[in-house]
Amino acid sequence: MRAVLLRDLQLAVRAGGGFGLGLAFFAIVVILVPFGVGPEPEVLARIAPGILWVAALLAALLSLDRIFAQDAEDGALALIATAPVPLEGVVLAKALAHWLTTGLPLVLAAPVLGVLLHLPAGAMPWLLASLTLGTPALSLIGAFGAALTVGLRRGGLLLSLIVLPLYIPTLIFGAEAVARGAQGLDPLPGLLLLAGVTLGCIALLPFAAAAALRVTLR
Amino acid sequence: MSLWSYANPRKFLDRVEPLSRWLFAAAGACLALGLGWGFFFTPDAVNFGSSVKIIYLHVPSALMAINAWLMMLVASLIWIVRRHHVSALAAKAAAPVGLVMTLIALATGAIWGQPMWGTWWAWDPRLTSFLILCLFYLGYIALWSAIPDAEAAADLTGVLCLVGSVFALLSRYAVNFWSQGLHQGASLSLDRQENVADVYWLPLVIAMLGFALLFAALVVLRTGTEIRLRRIAALRARAQRSEGAA
Repeated sequence: MRAVLLRDLQLAVRAGGGFGLGLAFFAIVVILVPFGVGPEPEVLARIAPGILWVAALLAALLSLDRIFAQDAEDGALALIATAPVPLEGVVLAKALAHWLTTGLPLVLAAPVLGVLLHLPAGAMPWLLASLTLGTPALSLIGAFGAALTVGLRRGGLLLSLIVLPLYIPTLIFGAEAVARGAQGLDPLPGLLLLAGVTLGCIALLPFAAAAALRVTLR
Repeated sequence: MSLWSYANPRKFLDRVEPLSRWLFAAAGACLALGLGWGFFFTPDAVNFGSSVKIIYLHVPSALMAINAWLMMLVASLIWIVRRHHVSALAAKAAAPVGLVMTLIALATGAIWGQPMWGTWWAWDPRLTSFLILCLFYLGYIALWSAIPDAEAAADLTGVLCLVGSVFALLSRYAVNFWSQGLHQGASLSLDRQENVADVYWLPLVIAMLGFALLFAALVVLRTGTEIRLRRIAALRARAQRSEGAA
């Protein structure tokens, strides 16, 4: 599992791996919003939690098809499947690699973009907490979607159609927790539910994704 | 003879598919009776005028929109556990019907909501969860049509249906957390004293039965079509092979 993780990390960081693209996309989406809705600080502060979360969702989506597609094309996936590690573990390692290269940079960049959107300073810790708790779920759900569509040409569009509805609960809990934090309410219920979604995804989705991969490799 | 013997595609085409004619007839009778009675022979409601009568389309289609997904879930489970091809094809056949039911429920709701709530659409938990259900149907149907290999398609959509059910249920309760409702509570239930007024009750139940029968008839018919399509594909493949050999 560690070998799979390190290999995916190296492939992502080296040239052509697309590392940083998701981060740049995240920043650009967030920067575009004030041009669309106007620069009034009250309006921006009101919609900032939702914007940051939706942008994080789209940025995570952007790099999903890299999780399995390239390995399936050059045959590496079939080799990895014969390794002594169970396929469920491989899925978990690959989802973790996706989170480290996409989710974690988003979490670290989010406060800066939050300042641009006039997010109240009191909400910053909640923004960090909710993104830290929620983005692993995005990577895992995405890995499941990528496993479903791995064998398909033009899988990218289909992938977003399948994955985005699955992202809805994570988005609701995450954005709601930040919004409540920004309004001075108690954001804890949202964070706890978000943690529940993530833990449930970690526990169950590797099995579903591995089942899908076995069908494709059959 | 157990129920499972009807999972044989041949037997399904011989015995079950002809039933669809009778199912259609029964559905037509129930719908004519329920809708006719409901539209023309029930009084207008005090506060709502005659707009209340859209309930005879709205409630049954919403009911079947959810039940169609449950049926797909059961059929997918049967496919994954027992590998009966008819079951997978029935799930495939039910999805577009369920999608149309969802759209009917959303459209009739919007038509009713415009004069009554003063808006076509509100981000109310019930309305939103139906919109999400609609998205799940779209993803499921798109995945079926995208995978060329029939057996792989059945497996992958089955897995998507199982995972999707969990997330659809989760979304259903997540939207409660996120927004307060405008939609009324359930109009019909078995365990409460207060239901919709008696004059509306019987035609509504008949219309619901009609929609359920219509759904069953459509699914049986479409499943038969899918089996025939599968057979044609197999015959074509065989013909091509023998041509290649000759």
